[in-house]
Amino acid sequence: MQKKISSIPFKGTAEQAAQLQKVIDANKSDRSRLMMVMQQAQDIYGYLPFEVQQMIADGMDVPLEKVFGVSTFYAQFALSPKGKYNVSVCLGTACYVKGSGAVLQKISETLGISPDECTPDGKFSLSACRCVGACGLAPVMTINDDVYGRMTPDQVAGILAKYAD
Amino acid sequence: MDMVNVKINGIAVSVPKGSTILEAARIAGVEIPTLCFLKEINEIGACRLCVVEATGARGLVTACVYPVSEGMEVQTNTARVQKARRTTLELILSTHEKKCLSCVRSTDCELQKLCRDFGVEDSGKYDGFRQKYELDTSAAHLVRDNNKCVLCRRCVAACNQQFVSVIGANDRGIHTHIGTAFEKQLANVPCVSCGQCIVACPTGALTEKDDTEKIWAALADPSKRVIVTTAPSIRATLGEAFGMPIGTNVEGKMVAALRRLGFYKVFDTNFGADLTIVEETNEFVGRVKNGGVLPMITSCSPGWVKFAEYYYPDQLDHLSTCKSPQQMSGAVIKNYYAQKMGIDPKDIVNVSVMPCTAKKFEIGRPDEDAAGMPDIDIAITTRELARMIERMGIKFADLPDEEFDSPLGEDTGAAVIFGATGGVMEAALRTANDWLTGKDNKDLEFREVRGTEGLKEATYNIAGMEVKVAVASGLTNANYVMSKIKDGTAPWHFVEIMCCPGGCVNGGGQPTQPASVRNTVDLKALRARALYTQDEAMTLRKSHQSPVIKTLYEEYYTDGFGGHKAHHELHTSYVKREKYD
Repeated sequence: MQKKISSIPFKGTAEQAAQLQKVIDANKSDRSRLMMVMQQAQDIYGYLPFEVQQMIADGMDVPLEKVFGVSTFYAQFALSPKGKYNVSVCLGTACYVKGSGAVLQKISETLGISPDECTPDGKFSLSACRCVGACGLAPVMTINDDVYGRMTPDQVAGILAKYAD
Repeated sequence: MDMVNVKINGIAVSVPKGSTILEAARIAGVEIPTLCFLKEINEIGACRLCVVEATGARGLVTACVYPVSEGMEVQTNTARVQKARRTTLELILSTHEKKCLSCVRSTDCELQKLCRDFGVEDSGKYDGFRQKYELDTSAAHLVRDNNKCVLCRRCVAACNQQFVSVIGANDRGIHTHIGTAFEKQLANVPCVSCGQCIVACPTGALTEKDDTEKIWAALADPSKRVIVTTAPSIRATLGEAFGMPIGTNVEGKMVAALRRLGFYKVFDTNFGADLTIVEETNEFVGRVKNGGVLPMITSCSPGWVKFAEYYYPDQLDHLSTCKSPQQMSGAVIKNYYAQKMGIDPKDIVNVSVMPCTAKKFEIGRPDEDAAGMPDIDIAITTRELARMIERMGIKFADLPDEEFDSPLGEDTGAAVIFGATGGVMEAALRTANDWLTGKDNKDLEFREVRGTEGLKEATYNIAGMEVKVAVASGLTNANYVMSKIKDGTAPWHFVEIMCCPGGCVNGGGQPTQPASVRNTVDLKALRARALYTQDEAMTLRKSHQSPVIKTLYEEYYTDGFGGHKAHHELHTSYVKREKYD
């Protein structure tokens, strides 16, 4: 998959920047720790936007393109923030054969975003995952820690409406 | 040295321990085809075109990275090897945009040659998903077409070698592509426009932005006087585009070809180089005498200037304010020459032929418009000139030798050597030595600053003054010099920096040579030799002795070197640049 780059403005805080700087300072003597720094940066910010990658590039003294190349190679790195509510649809074998593709499609249409994107208001993000271990409930969708089983596309609007706040 | 004995296609050779199969084969006189391999900068064994059979190895191995061992027997062209190479080529073709008929690299494309050599038809056998990429035409100097990219990463290696590293591999699997950070346009990242990626590219994925159509249009317009100037190094490289040996000096034929293309006047950028030397040396002497900022750094190379603006924006006062020879030539033509000949500068179209893609960027810089309009209107590369000559049906090799037009065609040996790393420094030292000693010194060769090493240092005693100089080419070396200047530990007074490794003879606008040549021949040295040979044969070898320079300051820049008028027309200013927009 080509990684999607979020256009949502960066909202990092001074505390987060200080936290990341600490991580960089502890690791900048060894460039091979780049990935580790990126992982910790993602723990701090939830994703790796331009501003964060630039801090890492400057701090670790590696080209920005190198940081970006790593961030787009590994599935674990996200270039879009997670929303207040992260909607995750299981595309594992069991869920998929039971029709989770259509559920994902419906959510995508309802929220107006594709997988790995976040709504401009920062409320919902959408992701596709592989097996949450509840195949008996297939097709399965989660919203943060809430699990919804035996999903059908026409249930989508009603469930999303519960997260109106 | 420890040696190991191996057999390549039955030929017994003894090679240094640690050699790769590719190196051993070369010693045995056996060529193994490669695609991604660029000696020293891209040794990654990625494309698998160089696969061979070797005893002791499990499957086919990549000759470019696989080390030989004692008693190893290698077969480079078995049926199995050829089949593997054909399959690899078919797979590459399955995602390659095959617009080969009009591709600018047609006939010198390395992929095309490999397909021809191995009899690979475009059968479409493996055609499937193919990502379509938008062309990146944002930069002034090049066009990036990822649809023709074979992912060899030679451009990435060239960009890393140039320190800036603005391109790399993004995403993975079938989506892998060469791109910039956050997929920005090339114009919005700190690319210095050097074009080293273009000369590294085996296909048509990276090409200069072609400006020849503008020239054809100007030549066809009877109201325009289209004047061409050619940089010092073009005479040493243009012949390569017509199959001549590397290092052939084709000055006379080049002038003849330009005349046949229909240019109104054929001038030599060398007069601009001589002018640069007198202005720059004057500036240097002034800085030394008046306690100005030192070391002073040359500013002829627009890739280097752009690099300084991006990476060392707080050190820009070290750069000489002199315009480059290209821009000085343009300024003189549209001011002095236009007045002298009674031509409205608006009717002049200044075309320059350059070894350089960054020159396309330079012509659009601010403060490069001495006559109230751009000094140079169109800058083309050596390659673009070669294409114009071909389109015109000119048989280059059969042309007679002709001379540049007067009055801006006369030059000195000092200008000729501008095209090689160390040339500008040597030219400036020749003039500084004469000026400071007040003599016409016969000893005029400063050999310590010659040669293709990336960083050269020397100390000269000029009129009792110790002058420490450094010459850097390639931006990794430039970065080293700048880091010393920045932390205050630079011992030098005068520094020459050229963006491209080896200087302009190895510029990003020069004729492409396939990896098979680049890996075995020192292009920089062979091309530079043509320039130093010409310099040695000349009677006038110091810029300040050029008749053009004398006339210019007698008739036009009458308030002298660095005077008000010269300062207005021949000097420029620099800007701090943000790396990412």
